[in-house]
Amino acid sequence: MTSHRRPEGGSAIDRDDTVGFTVDGRQYFGLAGDTLAAALLANGVRVMGRSFKYHRPRGVVAIGVDEPNALFTVTTDGVREPNVRATEIEVFDGLAVESQNRWPSLDNDLMAVNQLGGKALAAGFYYKTFMGPVIGPLKGTRFWMMCEHVIRRAAGLGRPGTARDESRYERINAFCDLLVVGGGLAGLHTALEASEAGKRVIVCELEPRWGGGADGKKESEIRQIVDSLESKPDVTLLNRTTVWGWYDGNTLAATERITDHLRTAPEGAPRHRHWVIRTGHVALATGALERPIVFPGNDRPGVMLADAGHRYAETFGVLPGQHLTVLTNNDSAYQAAAALRHVGANIRAIIDVRPEIGAGAQRLADRAGGALKLGHAVVGTSGAKGLKTISVARYNHQTKSFSGGSEQIETDCLLVSGGWSPVVHLASQAGAQPIWDEALQAFLPPDPDKHWSVHGAAAGDLDFGHDLSPAPAPVFEIRHPGKAFVDFQHDVTADDVRLAHQEGFRSVEHLKRYTTLGMATDQGKTSNIAGLAIMADALKMPIPEVGTTRFRPPYTAASLGAIAAERYGDLFPHRLTPMHDWHTDHGARMYAAGHWERPESYNRTGETVEQAYVCEAKIVRQGVGLVDVSTLGKIDIAGPDAAEFLNRVYTNGFAKLPVNKARYGLMLREDGFAMDDGTTWRLAKNRFLMTTTTANAGKVMSHLELCLDVHWPDLRVHVTSVTDQWAGAAIAGPKSREVLASCVTGTAVDNDALPFMGIVHGTISGVPVMICRLSFSGELAYEVYCGAHHGTHVWEALMTAGKPFAIAPYGLEALGTLRIEKGHVTAAEIDGRTTARDLHLDWMLSSKKPFVGSAMMDREGLTDKSRWTLVGVVSRSGEKLHGGAHVVAGDRDEPGASLGHLTAMAFSPEMNAYVGLALIEDGESRIGQHLYAADPVRSQTHIPIEIVSHHMVDPKGERMHG
Amino acid sequence: MIIACPFCGPRDLSEFTYCGDADNLAARPDPAATDQAAWNAYVYDRTNPAGEHAEIWQHSGGCRKFLRVVRSTVTHEIESAEMVGPKA
Repeated sequence: MTSHRRPEGGSAIDRDDTVGFTVDGRQYFGLAGDTLAAALLANGVRVMGRSFKYHRPRGVVAIGVDEPNALFTVTTDGVREPNVRATEIEVFDGLAVESQNRWPSLDNDLMAVNQLGGKALAAGFYYKTFMGPVIGPLKGTRFWMMCEHVIRRAAGLGRPGTARDESRYERINAFCDLLVVGGGLAGLHTALEASEAGKRVIVCELEPRWGGGADGKKESEIRQIVDSLESKPDVTLLNRTTVWGWYDGNTLAATERITDHLRTAPEGAPRHRHWVIRTGHVALATGALERPIVFPGNDRPGVMLADAGHRYAETFGVLPGQHLTVLTNNDSAYQAAAALRHVGANIRAIIDVRPEIGAGAQRLADRAGGALKLGHAVVGTSGAKGLKTISVARYNHQTKSFSGGSEQIETDCLLVSGGWSPVVHLASQAGAQPIWDEALQAFLPPDPDKHWSVHGAAAGDLDFGHDLSPAPAPVFEIRHPGKAFVDFQHDVTADDVRLAHQEGFRSVEHLKRYTTLGMATDQGKTSNIAGLAIMADALKMPIPEVGTTRFRPPYTAASLGAIAAERYGDLFPHRLTPMHDWHTDHGARMYAAGHWERPESYNRTGETVEQAYVCEAKIVRQGVGLVDVSTLGKIDIAGPDAAEFLNRVYTNGFAKLPVNKARYGLMLREDGFAMDDGTTWRLAKNRFLMTTTTANAGKVMSHLELCLDVHWPDLRVHVTSVTDQWAGAAIAGPKSREVLASCVTGTAVDNDALPFMGIVHGTISGVPVMICRLSFSGELAYEVYCGAHHGTHVWEALMTAGKPFAIAPYGLEALGTLRIEKGHVTAAEIDGRTTARDLHLDWMLSSKKPFVGSAMMDREGLTDKSRWTLVGVVSRSGEKLHGGAHVVAGDRDEPGASLGHLTAMAFSPEMNAYVGLALIEDGESRIGQHLYAADPVRSQTHIPIEIVSHHMVDPKGERMHG
Repeated sequence: MIIACPFCGPRDLSEFTYCGDADNLAARPDPAATDQAAWNAYVYDRTNPAGEHAEIWQHSGGCRKFLRVVRSTVTHEIESAEMVGPKA
C-alpha cells in the first residue's frame, strides 16, 4: 500500500510520535494529531464506509463536521459508540474502531447487490412496496412489520451496544457577556476585542485546534491571539466543544469532549461535559462549509471536497491522491490546486463549468499545472473500489447542454468545489430566517439583532485572497445519465428528488420527509442546498421561493450521557415521615404515595398484603389501631382576617368556628368542581391549622397563596406550609379513648372535655401534643400531633400505652378499607371531574356567602341528574373487584356502554365481601340494581355487583360520635 | 428563559410556575355576582395573542411571591416582572 504522507508539512501532527490503532481488528499506524480519516488516507485506505441503502463503497469527502460517509463505531472497553465521523476521531495508541453497514467486510460487502435493485429502491420505496392490502392478514402496515426486521439489517448505520457505559459525564451552568461560537480567526478577533473591553467571554471551537479554516500562513497570528486570550481571567476557551443548540433567552447548549482523544483519561475526568451557557450576546463565527457538485458517479471513493483535500495536506501532511483532478464552479478550488501542487501533488486537470475565469484564478491554474478545461464538466466516473478515471465533456452551464464526445482522464482523486454555504444553523434554530444571496448562491444569516451578531465566513464574508471572486456559477448539478447522489449518507439521488416532484411533492418540507434528504446523522450539511436547487429547478421556481427548512437542535449529535450527566438512576424524591424507620423496623411494606413513602401494611411472616390489611382493619373496628398521618398537608393560616379568608376558600362557613374546634371543609375550583377536602382546626382567634389531602398539599398551598396575593391583597393573612413541622398519628377504634386516657397528661380526654371535633392540648411521655377528635375510619378516633422531631417518641409511647388493649399499627391499605366502608372520599373520587353534589357533599355548600366556585357550581351541566355520582358496590360472586373496572349493565357477551367506573376496592371484613366505591351515571337511582364490574383488559373479569349506598358501614355515624 | 424576580434576582424558568393570564385574573367578577356570562368569560375565555402577553407567575421554587410578567409569546422575551399583592 502506498503511503500518502508527504515528507514535510502537517501543522497538527507530531512526526516523532507514531501511534497504533485498529480498524475491524486490523492494525494501522498514524501520527499523534491525526484524525482517523487522515491516518487512513495516509495508509492509502480509500473505502471508509458503505452507503445506507445500496451499500456502495464510500470514501471520505470532507475534513470536519460535515463528513457524510466515513462513519465508524468506536469501541472502548466493550462500549460501542456508533456513527462517529472519522474526521472527528483523534487517533491514539490503542484506539479501536469498527466499520459499519457491511457484511462480511468493508472491502467485500455482499449487501452491495442492493445496487442492482437500482430503480426499485428509489424515493418512497418503503411506502410503496410495503403498504399492505386493505383487508386480510397482511392489511395495512402488517406486511411492513413482517419485512421490517430483514430490511433494518440490510439498510442502516452503526449498531449501538448493550454494555453499560461506565464513563462519567458532567453538566455545568455558565454565564457570560459574550459567547463566541467558532474559534477561527473571525471568532478569535471578536473574543479579543470583547475581552479587552472588559467583557466576560466564552469561546467554543469544535475542533481540537484553534484557527478554523484559516490559511496555514496565519498560524502565528492565531497563536498570538489565543495566548493573549488565555492570559485573561474572564475568558474561557473551550476547544473540542460543539455548541449545538440555541434556546430561548440566549441559552445555548454545548458538549465538550474531554477524554475521547486520550488513551488514558486523567483520574476523575469526565468523558463529556454538557454546558448550559446563558449569555448576553452571541457572536456566530461558525464559518462556511464547501458544497459538492452533483454529477453521475460523484460518490466514488476518491471524490472529495477541494478544500478538504487542501487541508489534509496542510494540516496532516497527507495527499488525498497521487494524480489529482479538480471540478469547480468557483475560484476557491484554484487555491487548493495550487497549494497541493506546491506540496508535490500532480494536478492532471482543472475542469471548470465556467467558460472563462478571472486573472487571479488563471494565475493559480498556471501554478497548479495540468490541463485547464474551461466550459467543461465531469459526466461520469469509474473504478471498482475507488476512482480510476473521470469522463469529461464540453458543457454549457447556462443551457445545461453538452457538446462533443467525452474524454477520459486517469485520476485517483477528484477535488470538487460547488461553492460555499455559511453555517447558519444556529441562527436558524434561534428563529432567524436565512436570506438567499444571489451572488454567493447561498443562504446568509439575516440582519442580527441586539442578542447576536455574525462574523467572518458565516456572514458571507468569504475571502479567498485578492483577485479571487467568492461568487460561484449557479451550478449545483451536472445532469447526465447515471446515479448522481445529493445526500450521500441517506443515498438520495438527484432522480429521487425529481421523482418526488413528479409524484406531487411540492413543499420542501414534504420533499425532505419523502426522500429523507438531509435527515441522516449529518443533517444534510453537504446536501441541503443541492437538493433545494434541484427541487427549485423541477418546480421552475427560484431557490429563495422554494425556501429552506428550519434547522433544529442539535447541530451535531449530542451525547445523551452528557445531557443526563449525574442525573440518572433513582432521582425520584422520597419524602419520609418522622416515624419512617419505626415502620420499616416493624415489617411495614412501604408504598410510594406521590413523593411520600407510607406503610402499605405490616405483614407478619407468610402473610399476603390482603391478609395483613384485613386483619388490621378488623383490629381498628374491634379494638384500637394506630396509623401514621404525618403526610397530610398542613398549612398554618394566621392573621386578623384568617377566618374571613377561610370563609372565602371553603364552601362551608368557618367564621363562627369556636377556638379549639375543628371542622371538615371542602374547597372548589373557580369552575365549580371539587378541588380538595380536609379538616381545619381553630387554634386561636386568628390562627388556624388547615389539613389537606396528601396528594393535593402543594396545589392547595399555591391556590391559597394566589388568592391572597392576586385576588384579595387586602386580606391580612399569612399562610405557611407546616407539613414537615408536625408529626401526626391517628389512633382509631372503640378502645382509642382508653389508650389516650392512660397516657395523656395535662388534659382530660373524656367526651365532655374532648367531644367530636374538639381539640385539646396535653403531653404524652413529656412531649407537648395537640389532639383533635376526628375520624376518617368511622370509628371513635383521634389525631395526635406533635413536633416532628418527637414523632417516633410519641408514636412509641402510644404503642406502649396501647399494649394492654392489643393496639396494632395499620397501613394505607387498611386505612383505605375503612374509608371505603364509610364512603369517605379521597383524591380517587375528587379527581377534577366531580362536583360536591356528585360526591354527596352538597350539604357543605353554604348558601349564606359566596366562595371560590360558588358562582359556577350551579351551571346546567353540573346539576344534571344523570351525572356520575358516588355509590358503593358489593361483589355478588365473592370475586375480587378491580379498581378502574367499568360498571356495565350487560353480561360478558353484551356488556353495553360503560356507566362509570370503580374508584377504589377492598375486602371488607365488616361485610365479609369485596366492596368498592364507584362513580356511575345517575348513581342515586341505581341503588339496589344488579350490574357488572367489567375489567376486560387487565384481569379479564366480569363480576356481578350490587349497587349500594356509599355509606356501607355505620351510616348514621354512631361509632365516631360515641 | 430567565425571569428577573424583584425579590430573588434573575432566576431560571424551572423555579417558576405559570398561573394564568394576568389581565384575566385581575378581572375576577364580584364573587357575590351570579352573572353567568361574566363568570363563564372569566373561567374559560382567553385571548391568545401573538406578541406581548401579561401573565402571572409564581416563584414557586424561590420566594413564592406572584409576579406580573410581560412576555412576548413569539420570542419568549420578557419585558418586565413586577410583584403583585400587598405592597406593604
